[in-house]
Amino acid sequence: MSRLTALRFTIVLSAILGTSYITWRWLFSLNMKAWWIAVPLVICETYSIIDALFFSMTVWRAKARPTPLAPPEGLTVDVFITTYNEPIDLVINTAIAAKNIRHSHSTWVLDDGGREELRLQVEALGIGYISRGAEWRNRPRHAKAGNVNNALMLTSGEFILILDADQVPMPEILDHTLGYFRDAGVALVQTPQEFGNVSIADPLGSAAPLFYGPIQQGKDGWGAAYFCGSNAVLRREALMQLGIKRYVIELAAAIDRSLNQSEKIVKKAKKQLTATDEELKRALDQILESVRETKENVRQGMTLGESTYILHDRIAKISQELISIDVAQIKHDLTEIGINQSDDANWAAEWLDSLEDSLDQLSSQEFSPLTALESVMELLTSLDVDRSHEAIPIMPISTISITEDMATSMRLHGMKWKSVYHHEILAIGLAPEDIGSMLTQRLRWAQGTMQVFLKENPLLQKGMSWPQRLMYFSTMWSYFSGFAALFYFAAPIIFLCFGILPVSTDPLEFFLRFIPFMLANQLIFILASRGISTWRGQQYSYALFPVWIKASFTSFANVYFNRPMTFVVTPKTRSDNSPNWRLVRPQLIFMAAFVISLFVGIARYATGRAPLLATVINVMWVIFDLSLLRVLIPAVLYRGSDIQREEKDGDY
Amino acid sequence: MEITKRVTADGVAVLLPVGKLNMVHAHRLREVVDSVLADGQNRIVVDLSSVDFLDSSGLGALIGCLKAARQANGDLRIAAATEQVKLVLQLTNLDRVLTPYASAESAYVIE
Repeated sequence: MSRLTALRFTIVLSAILGTSYITWRWLFSLNMKAWWIAVPLVICETYSIIDALFFSMTVWRAKARPTPLAPPEGLTVDVFITTYNEPIDLVINTAIAAKNIRHSHSTWVLDDGGREELRLQVEALGIGYISRGAEWRNRPRHAKAGNVNNALMLTSGEFILILDADQVPMPEILDHTLGYFRDAGVALVQTPQEFGNVSIADPLGSAAPLFYGPIQQGKDGWGAAYFCGSNAVLRREALMQLGIKRYVIELAAAIDRSLNQSEKIVKKAKKQLTATDEELKRALDQILESVRETKENVRQGMTLGESTYILHDRIAKISQELISIDVAQIKHDLTEIGINQSDDANWAAEWLDSLEDSLDQLSSQEFSPLTALESVMELLTSLDVDRSHEAIPIMPISTISITEDMATSMRLHGMKWKSVYHHEILAIGLAPEDIGSMLTQRLRWAQGTMQVFLKENPLLQKGMSWPQRLMYFSTMWSYFSGFAALFYFAAPIIFLCFGILPVSTDPLEFFLRFIPFMLANQLIFILASRGISTWRGQQYSYALFPVWIKASFTSFANVYFNRPMTFVVTPKTRSDNSPNWRLVRPQLIFMAAFVISLFVGIARYATGRAPLLATVINVMWVIFDLSLLRVLIPAVLYRGSDIQREEKDGDY
Repeated sequence: MEITKRVTADGVAVLLPVGKLNMVHAHRLREVVDSVLADGQNRIVVDLSSVDFLDSSGLGALIGCLKAARQANGDLRIAAATEQVKLVLQLTNLDRVLTPYASAESAYVIE
C-alpha cells in the first residue's frame, strides 16, 4: 500500500470517527448545568474537527510534481531583491548570489529605504538599483507591495523572481522553475522558504515543514498553491493583467462613490439657499445636472474616460462663471473645516475613506452653500481616471492587506491563472532570532490573512473553483484557533479547581469515542509529513493563542472601523540580555494556573471531593496543555543561533 | 519600436506605434507621450492600426500615458484598434475606461 493510499484511508477513517464523535458530543454528552463552559467547549471542538477536515482535504492531494522540462530558450527574467532596512552587507550578499544565478537575467535591488550607500555598493557590482521616485511622495507607499509594483513599472522582463533581502538564491533557481511556464496559463511558481540559521531544536518554530511540504503540495493538487512573497517566479503578463483589471474595478467604484457624494452635498446645499443667492443657485443646479448627466452616461455604457472628460469640461465652464464669488473666503472656510486636500501633508492612506469622512463631517456640520459648492467642485475635479491619490495607477501586487502575497495569488486564481508549488529548496534565508521578532512576524501574517478574509472572503470569489476557495478559506479558518485554545486551557482548570465538568458522560465512553479519532488524526500528520516532526508546529499553533486572538480583533477593527493596525512594536535588537517574559504573560499565567490546578485537583480527589477517572483525564489534559505551552520557555531564553548572528528584519 | 508623430489641423497629436506594443516597448510609448506633453500638445491620439500585438504591459503604458495627459489638462485617446487589441481591452475590462475610436481623425470630433 503506497503512502498516499494509507494517508487517504486514514483520512476517511478519521473523518468518520471525528464526525461521529462530535455528533455524540452535541447530542448526548453536554452538561447543560454548566452550559457556560459546556457549550463554548463543544463549539471549539466542532471548530477543531472542521479544521482537521480542512487539513485532511488539503493533504488528500499532496503529491510531488515531476521535474519540469528545461525552460524554453530566450526567456527574459528580472530578479527583484526587496529590502527596507536590513543590514547592507546582508542585502549585498543576496544581490551577489542573485547576480550569479545561471539563467540569463537582470538583477535589481528594490530599496525602500532609499539608502545612498546601498545604491553605490549595488551599482558598483553592476546590479540595478531601484527606489521610489517623486511620484510616491505624500502618497500611500503600500510597503512591500508598493515597492514591487514600482519596480514592475520600471523593468520589462517576461518573468520576475522575487526574493526577500535575506533569501540567498542558488544558481539553478531559474533553470529549475522556468520550465513550468511552458504552460502559458501558469502565472506563479512558488518554492519553499528555508532558513539557514535554524537548528534542529528550532526553539522559535521557524521551520515550516508542514506548510512548505504537504500543505503547499496539497493546495497545489487542488490548483491553489499560494504565493508566499519570496522565492517565487511570476509571469509579468499575469500580474499586469491583474493590475489592469483591478484598476478598472476600483476606478469604477471610486467614480460611483464620488458622484453620489457630490449629488448628496449639492442637494443639501440647495436646501439652505436664500432668495438672494441667485448666482449660487444657478451654479449648484448646473453641477447637479452635470453629475446626473455623468451618472446617466456611465449607466448607458459610455467609457469612464469619456464621461469624466466631459464632466471636467462642464465643471471648468461652471468655474469660469463663478469668478465673482470670493474665492479667498471659500479657501479659508475650507481649511477651517479641514477639507483642503492639497495642504494636507499627511494626506495618505485611504484616500476615498478620508474624503468621505470629511464630506460626512461637512454635511453634518453647519455649512454654507458656498463652501459646499467649492468642495464639490474640488471633488469633481479630482474625480478622474488617473487615480491621482496613488503614485502609480496600476497596482498588480495587491495592496488590500499587509500580507500582499496571499491576496495577490487569490486574485490571480480568480482570473483563472494557474500556480505551481515546486518542492525543492532553491534559496536559503534567515529566520527571526529572538522571540520578539518572531511574535511580530506571526502577528503580521495572522493580521494580513484576516484582512484578506474580511475584505475579500475567498468563499465569495466567483472566479475560483470551490476547492480553491476552500483552500484559501482553510488557512483563514486555522487562525481562529486562538479562541478555541482559551477554552481548551480553561476547561480542565475549571474541573480540577471547582469540580465542574462540561461533559456529562461515562468517562470510559468518552475515551472510546475520543481516543480513536485523536489517534487517527495524529496518524494523518505522520503520514502527510512523511515522518518529519510536526510537534513544534502543533505546539506553536496553541501556544501563540494571544497572537491569533489579537490578530482577529485588530483586523476586524481595521477593516470595519478603519483603525490602523497598531501593535506594540517589539524591539529588533535586545536592549539588554535579560529575557523578556512580558511578551508571553498570558501563557505564563495559564501555566501557573495549570500547576495550581494540578495540586488542587489531586487534593480534591484525595479528600473525596472528585471522582478518580475524571480527575485522571483532566490531569492528563493539563499535562498535555503544559507540554504545548512549555515551548515558550526556551523560546524566551533563546539567544539566537551560532550559525548566523545577523539580525533579520523579516518581511516588512 | 518605431513611433511616428503627426499633428492634425485641429492641433491633435497623433502617434502611430508600429509593431508589438508589449513589455519590451511599453516604455518607449511613455517617453514619446511625455515629450509630446512637454511640447505643450495635450490632446493625443494613439493610432493602434499598426500595432499587431498588445499585451497587458502595453495597456499599462496606455493608462500611464492617460494619467500623464490628464494631469496636463489634456486627454489621451485610442483609435483604429485591431481585433486582437480589442480582445485584450475586453479581457481586462479596460474597454470600460478607454473608448476605441474608429480612426484618429474621429477621436476628438464630438467636441
